[in-house]
Amino acid sequence: MSIWEYANPKKFITTTERVIPALWVASAICIVVGLIWGFFFTGDEVRQGATVKIIYLHVPSAMLAINIWVMMLATSLVWLIRRHHVSALAARAAAPVGMVMTLIALVTGAIWGQPTWGTWWVWDPRLTSFLILFLFYLGYMALWEAIEDADTAADLTSFLCLVGSVFALLSRYAVNFWNQGLHQGASIMRTAAVTGTDTEEKVNNIYFYPLMLCIVGFVLLFLALLFYRTGTEIRSRRIKALLARERVMA
Amino acid sequence: MSLTISDLCIARGGVAVLEGLSFSLEPGQALILRGPNGIGKTTLLRTIAGLQPPVSGVVEGGDETIAYAGHSDGIKPTLTVAENLTFWAKVFGAEGIDAAIAAFDLEILRDRPAGELSAGQKRRLGLSRMLVTGRPIWVLDEPTVSLDVKSVAMFADAVRAHLGQGGSALIATHIDLGLDSEVLEVGPYKAKLPAIDDFDGGFL
Amino acid sequence: MIALLMRDLRLAMRAGGGFGLGLAFFLIVTVMVPLSVGPQAALLGSIAPGVLWLGALLACLLSLDRLLALDWEDGSLDLLATAPLPLEATVSIKALAHWITTGLPLVLAAPVLGVLLNLPVPGFKWVLVSLLLGTPALSVIGTFGAALTVGLKRGGLLMSLLVMPLYMPTLIFGAEVARRGAISMEVQTPLLMLAGISAASIALLPFASAAVLRINLR
Repeated sequence: MSIWEYANPKKFITTTERVIPALWVASAICIVVGLIWGFFFTGDEVRQGATVKIIYLHVPSAMLAINIWVMMLATSLVWLIRRHHVSALAARAAAPVGMVMTLIALVTGAIWGQPTWGTWWVWDPRLTSFLILFLFYLGYMALWEAIEDADTAADLTSFLCLVGSVFALLSRYAVNFWNQGLHQGASIMRTAAVTGTDTEEKVNNIYFYPLMLCIVGFVLLFLALLFYRTGTEIRSRRIKALLARERVMA
Repeated sequence: MSLTISDLCIARGGVAVLEGLSFSLEPGQALILRGPNGIGKTTLLRTIAGLQPPVSGVVEGGDETIAYAGHSDGIKPTLTVAENLTFWAKVFGAEGIDAAIAAFDLEILRDRPAGELSAGQKRRLGLSRMLVTGRPIWVLDEPTVSLDVKSVAMFADAVRAHLGQGGSALIATHIDLGLDSEVLEVGPYKAKLPAIDDFDGGFL
Repeated sequence: MIALLMRDLRLAMRAGGGFGLGLAFFLIVTVMVPLSVGPQAALLGSIAPGVLWLGALLACLLSLDRLLALDWEDGSLDLLATAPLPLEATVSIKALAHWITTGLPLVLAAPVLGVLLNLPVPGFKWVLVSLLLGTPALSVIGTFGAALTVGLKRGGLLMSLLVMPLYMPTLIFGAEVARRGAISMEVQTPLLMLAGISAASIALLPFASAAVLRINLR
């Protein structure tokens, strides 16, 4: 039993179809419980008041925005090396989800920034790099749409993802350098609280557990969307293949 | 320098078009490919020239030995005939374009910008490129398109001379070039469509 | 390889080759900036390095769609792919030809246009140096974008969308060198980063461009 068995489109669809409903339910429970717990059963933060609670949407979406790109990079590499169609289609299916997550992170960030920093937008490195990430998603999806031949599109977008990842990383360091970031301190505290690198912070932070629940919920939601959308992509590829076959027969 | 094709299967747009093709081309030999439009002759020639990978099967002896001429001639309209040809001669490390110019009767057009040539003249320029490549195996896709009778004879002479020097040629064409050549009908090699089963790796 | 370079340069010089179009575009953009933001010398002086960099970048971008598309349309790319020259070398030479016909004139014109924008005196040297270091990267990265979109009929707009995010690190460090230079700040760090990006792009990206081109030629 190897993981590559799931690279067979049929095996992939039959397996994922069984887990997708469970994923929907689990993610809904996590997100709903996490949000209710977070919004109504945790106190306001000393400095930021109730506005801090947007963290429950902002942080999970921001984490996914980055990690979905990393996942696309991984599946693109699998496609280029092992030529599994499902892998390339999974990257294609994930891209719009990643783009929406980036957008959610940007919008919730702006909503959070307004009362906290007094402005909707600052050219903070973190914000700027998310905007750049958004543009990378946009270009990646546009390339998929523009190319007719499915395998060519998979190859080209994989290369774009590969090269794009390097340049996205470079951009991240470039914007860090370009504007040292007035709000970096707050970000670091936030990340430390989220990832639990700071144990003290983790235990003391009342926002930690509902936030964890929301993150788990978002990840499950992403998996459900990914499996569902990949299944759709596989079916649409099958229709294309059948149509091409018919054209040859005619 | 012989070219050997064994059990070749080729695809266009993700659909297999020809399969089970095997033949070999020896020095001094010309092989004419025939078959109805859309059967996959161009795809076959591009695969042999190394421009696209085969689905399965092997092309042996095609590395750095093939001079390919497709539907477009790669002619730059703002360069003169001589400049166009000199460029390809230099790329292929050959010297002198005079033989090629003479073989296709391009002497009087030599310093004209290629953009001013007629379609047939352009084709002659495109074909004369084969002579400056210095490569033993010519792979030609419909080389006689827009050529008049005299130019076709000129082309046939060039191919004959090439074969005489130990070269070989693989030509997809519908007209009779008057060459002492074998004909390969590719129609029977039309790929059989795979049966529709429930989602294999190729989505059929 | 030299034959290919000479041919590309000759094509650019001949009628319809587009030589000088990028330069003219750069000039027009630079002239439009004072018209849009106002003629205050202090303001212009402070934004001049960034404007020069952005103008050069856009001029570079606009000339990319001819880089491979013309050779694609007339079949030259097919023939070049079957020629003894490795495709990696072909795309490198094409990028070099693009830099000589587009990038280099932009670099040389930038100080002149700097005068129009009231660029502070110490800035001239650094605008020149940063563009000289950065434009080769723009050409090489652009070649990758051109290779990605070469088979598409109206690939120009898509190519801009793909190439511009890739241009960002180069733009940020390049413009930073020019900006810091203009106000006599230390420029070493961004300068080294810019040089690093250029060197790495020139060394590695031709492989990606050639791979992508091979896929498009199939």
